[in-house]
Amino acid sequence: MSKGERGSVVGVDVGGTFTDLVMLAGDGSVRLAKVPSTLDNQAYGVLNALDQAGADLPSVALIVHGTTTTTNAVLERKLSKTGLITTKGFRDVLELGRRTRPQPYGMKGTFRPIIPRDLRLEVAERSLADGAVHVALDEGAVSDAARELLAKGCEAVVIHFLHAYANPAHERRAAEIVAAIWPNDHITLGHALLSESREYERGVTAAVNASVQPLLQRYVDRLARELAARGYAHDVLVMNGNGGMVSARIVAREAAKTVMSGPASGVMAAAYTGRRAGVPDLLTYDMGGTSTDVALIRGAEAAVSNEIEIEYAMPIHVPMVDVRTVGAGGGSIARVNAAGLLEVGPESAGADPGPICYGKGGQEPTISDANLLLGRLVPPVKSRTDADKTRAVVEAVFTEKLGKPLGLNAMQAAEAVIRIANMKMAGAIRMVSLSLGADPRDFALFAFGGAGPLHASALARELGVPRVLVPCRPGITNALGCVVADLRHDFVRTVNQPLDNLNVDEVHAIFADQIATGRALIEAEPIDLTGIRHICSVDMQFIGQTHLLRVPLDNPTPDRATLQDLFEKAYFKRFRVELDEIRVNLVNVNCSVIGERPELDLSTLIDPAGRKATLAGALMETRSVVFDGEACETPVYWRDHLPLDAVIDGPAIVTQMDTTILIEPGDRAIGDTEGNLLITVGGRNAD
Amino acid sequence: MPIDPITLSVIQAGLQQVCDEMDLAFSRAAFSPVIAEADDRSDGIYSAADGSLIAQGARGLPVFVGTMQYSTRTLIEMIADGRVAAPKPDDIYIVNDPYLGGTHLMDVRFARPFYRDGRIYCWLSNTGHWPDTGGAVPGGFSASATASEQEGLRLPPVRLFKEGVLDREIYSIICSNIRVADQRIGDVKAQAAALKVGEARLNDLLDRYGDDVVSEAIAELRIRAAEQMRARIADIPDGDYRGIAHIDSDGVVNEPLVIDLTVTKAAGDLTFDFARSSPPCMGPMNSVIATTYSSVYLAMRHIFPDVPISAGAFEPLHIIRPEGTFLDAHYPRPVSGCAAEVSQRIAEAVFAALVTALPDQVTAAPAGTSGNFALGGHDPARGRDFVMYQISGGGYGGNADHDGLSNGCSTIGISKAPPVEIMEQAFPVLYHRYALHEGSGGAGKHRGGFGLDYEVELLRGHAKASFVMDHGRFGPQGVLGGGDGAVNRVEVWRDGVCHVPEHLSKEQDISLLPGDRVRVRTPGGGGYGDPRQRDPALVAEDVALGRYTPEDAAAKFG
Repeated sequence: MSKGERGSVVGVDVGGTFTDLVMLAGDGSVRLAKVPSTLDNQAYGVLNALDQAGADLPSVALIVHGTTTTTNAVLERKLSKTGLITTKGFRDVLELGRRTRPQPYGMKGTFRPIIPRDLRLEVAERSLADGAVHVALDEGAVSDAARELLAKGCEAVVIHFLHAYANPAHERRAAEIVAAIWPNDHITLGHALLSESREYERGVTAAVNASVQPLLQRYVDRLARELAARGYAHDVLVMNGNGGMVSARIVAREAAKTVMSGPASGVMAAAYTGRRAGVPDLLTYDMGGTSTDVALIRGAEAAVSNEIEIEYAMPIHVPMVDVRTVGAGGGSIARVNAAGLLEVGPESAGADPGPICYGKGGQEPTISDANLLLGRLVPPVKSRTDADKTRAVVEAVFTEKLGKPLGLNAMQAAEAVIRIANMKMAGAIRMVSLSLGADPRDFALFAFGGAGPLHASALARELGVPRVLVPCRPGITNALGCVVADLRHDFVRTVNQPLDNLNVDEVHAIFADQIATGRALIEAEPIDLTGIRHICSVDMQFIGQTHLLRVPLDNPTPDRATLQDLFEKAYFKRFRVELDEIRVNLVNVNCSVIGERPELDLSTLIDPAGRKATLAGALMETRSVVFDGEACETPVYWRDHLPLDAVIDGPAIVTQMDTTILIEPGDRAIGDTEGNLLITVGGRNAD
Repeated sequence: MPIDPITLSVIQAGLQQVCDEMDLAFSRAAFSPVIAEADDRSDGIYSAADGSLIAQGARGLPVFVGTMQYSTRTLIEMIADGRVAAPKPDDIYIVNDPYLGGTHLMDVRFARPFYRDGRIYCWLSNTGHWPDTGGAVPGGFSASATASEQEGLRLPPVRLFKEGVLDREIYSIICSNIRVADQRIGDVKAQAAALKVGEARLNDLLDRYGDDVVSEAIAELRIRAAEQMRARIADIPDGDYRGIAHIDSDGVVNEPLVIDLTVTKAAGDLTFDFARSSPPCMGPMNSVIATTYSSVYLAMRHIFPDVPISAGAFEPLHIIRPEGTFLDAHYPRPVSGCAAEVSQRIAEAVFAALVTALPDQVTAAPAGTSGNFALGGHDPARGRDFVMYQISGGGYGGNADHDGLSNGCSTIGISKAPPVEIMEQAFPVLYHRYALHEGSGGAGKHRGGFGLDYEVELLRGHAKASFVMDHGRFGPQGVLGGGDGAVNRVEVWRDGVCHVPEHLSKEQDISLLPGDRVRVRTPGGGGYGDPRQRDPALVAEDVALGRYTPEDAAAKFG
């Protein structure tokens, strides 16, 4: 599309269960769709969602896509057959890992390397830590290895040499040799994604990249063909784990960057929503069926990490939105342990059979079932009779498995389950927040996901968080993230010099280079932008320390004294420790270059025409809900009918197609002009 | 009215959270990579009356699971009888004396009295492994020390912080006796700050639920933790269970040390009797009593990972003090090997004793050595001395569910090994190999995991190599018909000639010149069950992947 033209913008996110779509039409209207995901080929789900939304593809200007294709492939090890060519003596690095075990206690556990041992081949070559060549590359061995891997049926190949971050010459030369033989361009070089030391982490990152590359390439090619066949005339953009998007034509080159695509887009939507709502500091809280994702947003910027581990011993070291997964989800199972104490999780009923109230054969009491018993959740069944039946089954299980051993009735047991679950989740969120150097009390909680808004007020109270932000469409936040995301490129350059001897001009030159490179990449994309900005930071540490502290900079030309001062302040803020005795190191120079897309009005996510003039107009029913052992008659409102400026005092329930929001007694929710609900904990006492 | 079970769960989670936050604060602010990266530290809450463990951080180093309650108890006793100065608010005691409830000298404990209304409500304490506390060799792991003085500076409990202020006089004495002292202030401040974090969080908890309710909950949780452990061990039939583990040698006298354990199940409890073990030894493979106790606790926690750590959980576990054996060493016996090696053999003896009674929970023996290889020398290119440590993992034991993990962490640790690239950046060495120790997994229906095989060359200058490892003479035990894992092997190649340490897994100060190489192959895990019952397809796969040679597989699996 040529710049300036107005067409509709579509965000579509494929999750584990549902494929969600948000379409902002050129005329400002919004259409939503939610269809079952088609995990064998996610493209069908995407097309179904487009159909359900009634999208007219020739008039669609932009489709941005979040996908779990690569995430699922890695977690289920359904990978393309991939080979490794590596330095002689080091083929087992990918299998040995860093000498760990999955849990601190318990001597069991297994690990499957990304590339099996018979597809990991060695060639003579060696560089030293300073980049000097110690053993020349055996070029004949490289071509022999490539032929052997091809004969064994490999579709992709990784070339990963020791110290290639310091001198990539051997990897590059080997790539030329392999490319002459290899039938496709699925060749990943170890140093290419992130050029830093640590052979296991760099190797796994490259191996993941190579082994998902053909899958992602086939998937986006097919999707693009299908869309083109229906008249879509532009590039498909794909969400990256860094919260920026990239053209489908090139996304597979750095396929590993898409493994956190879905969670990252949810966090980007949160950052966007928070900024527009004037609540730029957020802890995001996405509670699903089996787990909960937590991330931190400061000043409307999502925290990014280069050291994400997507499962045990599976590090992906490229800059990605720092999303941490904590234990509990709606399906977490409650039980009474041998000490007679109530525990919630870590076992989960998952999606299948799921909680008892799903009616798919679940027999164990879960968090969702507790919410149902307490009247906070309506069971997903067709009729009132079915609902009563489900409730009776759940009540019997709670009485038998939890109530009797604890000396409580079913309702009390259900309340206890919620209380313990909230406390555990709050503790886990607090640990995530503290490990990112943030006191949760300085943030607002951004609640999304199907189950998030049900627990958010209670969690906020437990955490000492003053406010909860519930966006218009908590259940499709990831798809919204696709619509609002910017173009983004991240750069990291390792300097690793004591600040005293640092050549500050060199740092300035690195920043200038990073900014220019990012700009060039972004300007090459045919996307309507309002501007390009950059975010600069450095990673620093006291000499002798291994942890890095990221120090944000407000310009790319800091002088030495400023760097020292900013670091000391940041260090004290984080650790409450002053260490004048020790010198400082500057390790990494980081820059993100961001192409900003036009602002979108989010209030139309709920059709303004459907909103009622008064709160009473949105009332669906009143229902008995249990709080602190007391049954309260609680009003239930339909979200889409709420007046934009609604003021709702708890206890109240707001329900909508994609989630249920619980406003606890004493709390107050206020609607804003963007269509969000902002819940103030204890806000009712403000009168 | 008895406290309700929900409040109990809530307070239990709250106490756990206090400890986890102390762990986090300590690691994040610490300097030494041993603490910051390897999490070689632990934080907990201990009773005011006798130091018994109330709660401990979930991510603390496992070997510290029981030690701090002994060091806190000793401190309380010494204060009571006047041997140690009485505390004031905001004081922090420092102690590293192994014989006063410790491990080895490098594990430095801080203890802070926690006051409510002017009285000590409980103690907050933590342990951090300092990179050096003086002594004959950098890092403290001397393989041939024969007395405590050779192992480093020994600190009795003294108040390092007096009413919140660091005592610079004590601190300067410490700094004058340890290596790389200039960076220690970072760790000292981090260790103290972690206790301060714990104090703030514990005050929040008490303010919220009330001191009396929390006290009552602590007492009730202790009773229930004991019930929980009893419920777990209830499956074990009454009777005696014997487990034996060997240590290659003490590093000085080249004879094996025997840990001979009988576990007796009777009246719902377990009794651990080590009385038939070897007498105290000359070299540093003695264990102090707190470490011996702690090793039993950590082994039980590996068997039942769901039982939380607390004094109550330890109550059904009676350990008869093994007086007169090397597992109850007194001053001045050297003890540097107790935390890293002897502790793992004690755990192995517990596993060996209980595997027949608990075949679903207990695994065959894991590699069970920390694999300490230290290289100290001079790098002429940088004009400075260096000390490099390579720790390494080994195979885990096969078990009822699956094959053992390869290159797993030590039984008592949770730390990662350093990457080859980081080692080569920092030290004048070149690794020629970092590979699977082929053939090392013990045969079994579920085989053991594989050890590590590395080879490293000194590039320039000169250096001395020291090894404190184990399982060089006896491989990790297979169980229920499974074969043993391969032994640990050390080879030092000097000028093309191979030297194998006389003690196989231990030797100190072997001189190296440029071009000389060290090769280490770490143990594989023990096998579980009859190897002939192994799925032939899995045997074929291991052969196809080169994990065993065809001949080796045929011999081991039939």
